[in-house]
Amino acid sequence: MIRFDAVTKQFPGGTVAVEDLSLTAPTGRITVLVGPSGCGKTTSLRMVNRMIQPTRGSITLDGQDTSRMNEAQLRRGMGYVIQHGGLFPHRTVLDNIGTVPRLLGWDRTRIRARSNELLERVGLAPELGERYPAQLSGGQQQRVGVARALAADPPVMLMDEPFSAVDPVVREQLQDEFLRLQGELGKTILFVTHDIDEAIKLGDQVAVLRVGGRLAQVAEPAYLLAHPADDFVADFVGRDRGYRALQFQETPRLPLRSEPTIVLGEQPTEPYAGWLLVVDDDRRPVGWVEPHRIGTRTVSTGDLHRGGTVATEHGSLRAALDAALSSPSGRGVIVDASGSLCGTVEAHEVLTAIEGTRRPERRGSPA
Amino acid sequence: MIPSLVSWFTDPANWSGEDGIPNRLLEHVAYTAEAILVAAVVAIPLGLWVGHTGRARWLVSLANSARAVPTLGLLFVVSLWLGPRITGDLAFVVPSIIVLALLAVPPLLAGTYAGVQAVDPAARDAAKGVGMTPLQVLRQVEVPNALPLLFSGVRSAVLQVVATASVAAVISLGGLGRYLIDGIALGDYPRAAAGAVLVAVLAVLLDGVFALVQRRVVSPGLAPGGRGVSGRGKDSRSVEVEADSPSTPVRAPA
Repeated sequence: MIRFDAVTKQFPGGTVAVEDLSLTAPTGRITVLVGPSGCGKTTSLRMVNRMIQPTRGSITLDGQDTSRMNEAQLRRGMGYVIQHGGLFPHRTVLDNIGTVPRLLGWDRTRIRARSNELLERVGLAPELGERYPAQLSGGQQQRVGVARALAADPPVMLMDEPFSAVDPVVREQLQDEFLRLQGELGKTILFVTHDIDEAIKLGDQVAVLRVGGRLAQVAEPAYLLAHPADDFVADFVGRDRGYRALQFQETPRLPLRSEPTIVLGEQPTEPYAGWLLVVDDDRRPVGWVEPHRIGTRTVSTGDLHRGGTVATEHGSLRAALDAALSSPSGRGVIVDASGSLCGTVEAHEVLTAIEGTRRPERRGSPA
Repeated sequence: MIPSLVSWFTDPANWSGEDGIPNRLLEHVAYTAEAILVAAVVAIPLGLWVGHTGRARWLVSLANSARAVPTLGLLFVVSLWLGPRITGDLAFVVPSIIVLALLAVPPLLAGTYAGVQAVDPAARDAAKGVGMTPLQVLRQVEVPNALPLLFSGVRSAVLQVVATASVAAVISLGGLGRYLIDGIALGDYPRAAAGAVLVAVLAVLLDGVFALVQRRVVSPGLAPGGRGVSGRGKDSRSVEVEADSPSTPVRAPA
């Protein structure tokens, strides 16, 4: 558990970066610090491993005051991941990963084994181990950065915008894998981002900071979206927060209807008005076609309308609604865990389901 | 001119004895090595310190402006001042080494400082953040990453000192400068030309040796061409230092 107790940071020159911050990051959970630039989120993070010294107040780690600990040792006990990876360009990927174990004086074989294990764990091919950072893509570099932070198996991880320098597709991939990894490891994580969507996706608890380094609200993501404490938070979490809150609501049993389909590569048998769903040999949806445009030809991939998104049976209501809204036919495609078609659902049916889930929300604590 | 130069080189008399090519070459290399060593002992730690702490950057500018001091003039001043205080051969050797070392300090200092400065700030931050002590940051991250620019500083210094070490002959010491000075004094132009050629060849050879050493010592991760996020800014820096090195490496002695 990381605990900020009335922490203030005033830089020489008078700028107050963080003001009277009291916050607890519970053990085994992800606490996200989010806010606009200049809100002191990075400063707060860097005070935990004392890269920056607090002016007032104390930060404790499982009850121990960090200001009384040896700096280097404190840092070796915390994973540290930063925006541009901060990899050492002169060291191979494996040597980068083994940095902290080497500082801790592990023997070579153990470092080697551990580094290889982590390389695999963060989803990198073993042959990348002998490469140098400059030979990796941005996303790969961030993975190595995470692996390096995990090397000595620290209970605490400090992550400063680790995914913001990569493109959106890679970012989403990294976020998903990060959540999967955290599911296995259960670290106490303090995570800084300026991206509210990332905060809501990753955080067990989200702390919103305002410019001047004051805590505006700390709550679970769903609560934050439903009950912003003030205008600043409401504004910051954004306009479509009602819609985004749906991602935290599991899909109840939706009234699925069976959908006529055609297998890719076959010929439409009967005249059919409107859109027809195309599936592959394993009944996985691949897109929609309008049969009258095809005539007597067979359906090829070039005919497909791919605009519709696909939701999973037990996914979120947001995904189900989005599938319905994005489908050219107005019927949202729902699949099971293996990707096979379950049926379709229309937007008004999803909305009815949403109405049905309205229930008293869980409490968060406004700051 | 060319035939007489060739015949000078093919004359066996010029290949033996105190005034023979092997001995003069050795003397020249010895002056160079000593001067570079003395300069390195001063300039490299200083450059590391300035680069690591970011303090006293004016030292680098000061050293650079000291390049304007004419070497030959300085040699006379130093030997006049030191000469009477030292006995024997050292009365000439010490002033020469001091003057040559002073010549080597600016490129070494600038190269080392620029090398440490060019280290990716994110890598330096990460080094601290994973729990390296300041000395570990310097040894494990800053120095290895500074090596490419440090090496261009060393090579630049070596070229300059090799070219200029001929001045030692002016105050009656040996080295390849003897051929130049004596050749001109005696009107023996093939000998003077041979001296110039030998200095040039030595400079090129030594630079080649350092290029090989550099390739062995510097991490392949820092090689140009393998550029990535971590290589930002390095290339522009190296151009800066190249610009500092003499455009004509082999200078005629004073």
